[in-house]
Formats: sequence, structure tokens, C-alpha cells
Amino acid sequence: MTGYVATIRVRPKAEIRDPQGEAVAGALRSLGVDVDSVRTGKEIVVRFSADDLPEASAKARQMGDELLANPVIEEFAVEVAAE
Amino acid sequence: MLKVAVLRFPGTWSETDFAHALELVGAQADILWHADADLRGYDAAIVPGGFTYGDYLRAGAIAAISPAAGELRRADREGMPILGSCNGFQILCEIGLLPGALVRNRQGEFRCDWVHMRVESDRTPFTGGLRGEILRMPIAHGEGCWVADDRTLARIETNGQVVFRYTDARGAASLESNPNGSTANIAGLANENGNVVGLMPHPERCSEELLGGTDGRRVLEALTASRHTGMVSASVQ
Repeated sequence: MTGYVATIRVRPKAEIRDPQGEAVAGALRSLGVDVDSVRTGKEIVVRFSADDLPEASAKARQMGDELLANPVIEEFAVEVAAE
Repeated sequence: MLKVAVLRFPGTWSETDFAHALELVGAQADILWHADADLRGYDAAIVPGGFTYGDYLRAGAIAAISPAAGELRRADREGMPILGSCNGFQILCEIGLLPGALVRNRQGEFRCDWVHMRVESDRTPFTGGLRGEILRMPIAHGEGCWVADDRTLARIETNGQVVFRYTDARGAASLESNPNGSTANIAGLANENGNVVGLMPHPERCSEELLGGTDGRRVLEALTASRHTGMVSASVQ
């Protein structure tokens, strides 16, 4: 077993409005920063063990599918590296 | 006497209010801890509002993988009437017992207010005899904007699964009467069979005059009445 670290990035699907991003955009503009738009999401970092990289990637994807993202409103991307 | 299970997760806050309101309409209400909830022997189940698990990840996401979720799925297969209010609605969507998802209010703010909604369907155990009625209930949520893809929306509209729609006091659905930007002014909906219903407003908080309204009581009275009229089994078939 090898230690792996998975970074799972979850973001709202393009067609889902992101009021949090809109509020952040407004706040940046009030600071005098000229921004066109802001989209927010979250990054989840998970440390765990697996036999090899394919198994670690499959596990990370399963975490995204089953809990970390809701496919109705979100999409996610996974990055896995050995520690 | 109607026996109703009221589920409690870490962070649930409306379970005692629901139990009280159910007792007002003559039902027996038992509050069950989510980790070992056994719904066998109950006539109906309530998933109350709150902020389960602090809304971490997404509202209702962590509660949706609790042992209670499996128990709710089993009860649904048997046609048990299940009502989710506010965070309970979010949980039922996360479990997949109801279609779509609830996201942040379009206005970007938490809304705590009274709203009106029109009862669009009486084919549920919670709305028997109420179709066309305008109900006034309180809301308190930051993530009550119901969304789904176009196919899902078309399907639930065609199937008559929209149960409550935000309107003004006269029953007209408008942009102004929609407190959170919810798609098609949807305040609550049902699954295909009609036995599972979710809504963002709080029936338990308007079940006696002292609380400023009694329309929530009508939803719970519909549930107690459904037992005698066979509404539950009729809608499940």
C-alpha cells in the first residue's frame, strides 16, 4: 500500500447560477478591482492508501460520485499523486 | 391513532415543533435518532428542518448517507407517506427520493419571512382536499432555490408532481412572490407515486393561532385524514 493525496475540485455546473460568486464579484468591484465575473467552488484534499495509482484514482472518483459532488448541480475534477 | 416518526439528525432543529404540531392534530409523534431509526410500525415519517451537519459540503449531503437514508428508501418502497420540510426537503433530494436539488437563493441572502403558496396537487397524503387553496407559511432558508434540468422539470410538471407553488396572497405566481428564485416558483414537490413530499416552508411553525397562522395544521390534518380515506394507498398504486 502506498500513500496518496487526492485533490477533488467541485464547482457548480456552467448552467447553475452561483450567487456566492456574484457576491464575491461585487465585493471585488467595491475594492476597485475590475472583474468580469467570479465563479466559486471548493477544493477537498484527501489522504489515503491504495495499492497503485489506478486504484487511488478510482477511489477518489468514487468519493466525488458518491458524496463530494451532487451531479444535479455540480461537476468535479480529480488530481491524484503519490506522497 | 396515526403514528408518525419524526427524524432527528445532528443539527436538526424543528423536530420538537413537528412533534407538538402532530399532537395538536391528534397524531402520536415519536422523535427517532437517525443512526438507529426503525420506521417499521409507523404510518408516516417526517424529516424536519435544521442545519444537519452544519450544512457542510452541501445542505443535506451528509445526512443523506446516514443509516436513516436507507430506512427512508425502504419505507418509500412500501409507500409510506414521507414529508421533508426545509432542510428535510434538501435531504430528500440529496437521497434521491425527490428529483432536482436545492441551491443558494438567487438573491444571495437568507430569507426569513411569511410566504403564500398555491396547492397544485391533492394527489399526496399531505394535500388531500387542499387543491387550489392558498396557504400562508413561514420560510427560513438560504438554500431554497429548487433547480433541475429541463427534462426533469417537464416531467414533474406533466406528472403533476409540483405540489406547492409560491404565489401572492391571491394565488398568482410572479417573480415578486418567489422568495428564493426557485424554478417555476416551485415551493414543494412530490415523487412519482405521490407518497414523498418536500417543501421549503415550515408547516410546523404555523399550526396554532399563537404562532400567527394555522395553515400548516391543514397539511398535517390532511395526513391524519388520508388514513381514513385511503388516500395513501390510492396515490401509491
